[in-house]
Amino acid sequence: MYQYDNYDQTMIDQRVAQYRDQTRRFLAGELTEDQFRPLRLMNGLYIQIHAPMLRVAIPYGLMSSKQVHKIADISRKYDKGYVHFTTRQNFQLNWPALETVPDILAELASVQMHAIQSSGNCIRNTTSDQLAGVNANELEDPRPWCEIIRQWSTFHPEFAYLPRKFKIAVTGSADDRAATQVHDIGLHLVKNHQGEIGFEVLVGGGLGRTPILGQQIRPFLEKKDLLSYLEAILRVYNRLGRRDNKYKARIKITVREHGINHIRELVEAEWVHIRKQLELDDKEIQRVKQYFTEPDYDASAADDQTFTEMQAHDPAFARWVKQNVVDHKVPGYKIAYISLKSPTSPPGDVTAEQLDVIADLADEFSMSEVRSTHNQNLVLSDVKQGELYALWLRLEAEGLATANINTLTDIICCPGLDFCSLANASSIPLAKAINERFDDMDYLYDLGDIKIKMSGCMNGCAHQSVGHIGILGVDKKGEEWYQFTLGGSSEADASLGERLGRAIPKDEVVDTVATLLDTYKELRLEDEPFLATVRRVGVDPFKERVYADN
Amino acid sequence: MQIIKDREIVEDNWLHLDDEAELVAGNITVSLARWQEQHQTLTQHEGGLGIRLTGDDPLEEIVPDLAHFSLIALIFPAFVDGRCYSFARLLRDRFDFKGEIRAQGDVLYDQLFYMSQCGINSFELANPNRLTQAIKAFDAFSESYQATVLRPEPLYRRR
Repeated sequence: MYQYDNYDQTMIDQRVAQYRDQTRRFLAGELTEDQFRPLRLMNGLYIQIHAPMLRVAIPYGLMSSKQVHKIADISRKYDKGYVHFTTRQNFQLNWPALETVPDILAELASVQMHAIQSSGNCIRNTTSDQLAGVNANELEDPRPWCEIIRQWSTFHPEFAYLPRKFKIAVTGSADDRAATQVHDIGLHLVKNHQGEIGFEVLVGGGLGRTPILGQQIRPFLEKKDLLSYLEAILRVYNRLGRRDNKYKARIKITVREHGINHIRELVEAEWVHIRKQLELDDKEIQRVKQYFTEPDYDASAADDQTFTEMQAHDPAFARWVKQNVVDHKVPGYKIAYISLKSPTSPPGDVTAEQLDVIADLADEFSMSEVRSTHNQNLVLSDVKQGELYALWLRLEAEGLATANINTLTDIICCPGLDFCSLANASSIPLAKAINERFDDMDYLYDLGDIKIKMSGCMNGCAHQSVGHIGILGVDKKGEEWYQFTLGGSSEADASLGERLGRAIPKDEVVDTVATLLDTYKELRLEDEPFLATVRRVGVDPFKERVYADN
Repeated sequence: MQIIKDREIVEDNWLHLDDEAELVAGNITVSLARWQEQHQTLTQHEGGLGIRLTGDDPLEEIVPDLAHFSLIALIFPAFVDGRCYSFARLLRDRFDFKGEIRAQGDVLYDQLFYMSQCGINSFELANPNRLTQAIKAFDAFSESYQATVLRPEPLYRRR
């Protein structure tokens, strides 16, 4: 993975010093709340219901075991001994004290981590595919490009006060695990007719209260032009984006109001001027790429026979393998998901003790790296198949072997009313209720791939608009109600879910999920997945069943 | 009034004229509207001439007139309105404006570093009592990853 040089480390250290001084001046009354707000946000610090919340960036979801240990230490020392992973591959501390945040940032800087631009109206952490570099279907590893974007976007002097937040996601594979179509900019590594690899550029995707899928602004961009093109888009957006209404300030609205063709003309006109100045040279591309070269894989790993034997021998292991393990591009290696969706803890949460174990397991079994995913789980990306059983036993002992990846209980969920000051309704307790109700693993496996995404307000942090089943909490005269949508997806076949009908009271949400599942089981053709059934029959048959009793 | 110019505290010798105020000799700035209305008179003005722009103004339209101005004041109605950062970049990088670019309005210590990297070189701070302290802000970072007005080569060509 990327290692800071003196330039990177100096800038990160200077940022800590700058924020320490800003915090001091705020506490001394020299900065007003309004003046301090954007400064703390650009260092990841929100003020929530109970306490501040600190969001720390994990660039494109990649962590070393050393960093994972540090995260565990920080959560013990400055918080309540657990952290929460987000849909943008970052993690959050729910209870840090405002006064201690500069110290937390200094500790993060000591392991080359930061919370820079993890909030605020600026360019946020660049996200990517958790299977980058290990996935056989990949055209090219997107991580060097993510790192190049990270550096360009970090402390960009022109784009610190944009109309609204700005998110970029990059994928190198046609299977989109990074939700690129619902990002402000989505970048796909693609091959053109001449066989050269470059980027397809999408712009104007986003969720929240106005979910919109991104549109293609350029079918093929040469790699050397990546930064100049991004800078052109950002400059056009910085000048044109609306600043009169924060709900209309995202670039998705700019694109909708002006039309993709007009935006393209403006961007291309801007791009002509800066293309040469910002051209990436091979030296820089190679400098970054050298940090993402393949590790020394053991060619004899494929000779192992025990992997198959142990699955036959131990059905629980076999279930975990079937659900949580996917193929690696190198024969003899596997990719193991660590589910953070256990029935006993909120989706995406993990304790400091578990983090320490995961870091140790990464050292022992997976090249000392851990990855976070858009679905709020973790990944060990380079495990020899012959060592998977030993790994599984250790995960099982720590409550980290929940075999539910991509099932109904692998729910994406926001913090909701329990932590977030924006929320209208709770989400974590409902995720728990769904997890408890549907605890029969055979039933879950029979249902197959179903993505529930549940947000506690229309800001939509859990991406409910692109859930196979989307659940949105709304406030009705002080009571919590829930609006269902069906048929959304954030993957390569991205689509926005269709509304099921009127909102449903909180105590009927789990029953409603059960009714939807029963309806699916009756309607599905053989092995047809949930999403395919919804797309084939439409929402009406589900609607009739759910509202039949009323 | 004191301002910061080229990292030094100096006495301001510019008068920012309202649209209704009578023209006076000496260094003055006028709004875009007044410049467009009184173009002929203003080009005869004795003393320095400057123009004040907001993020709403059509920057490209005044480019042919830039030679008339020795100062361009960019107005930040609120410090979170970042449009004039792009204006400053364009004035320096694209339109080759060599005169003074001044930040006016909600100009605060914590934005000075980014403003200066974008090519703004003088600052009327919202709080003029802390100018000595404010000068430190220009050294908040010793490097930038990006190509900026102060460092035209991006870090990736220099490391």
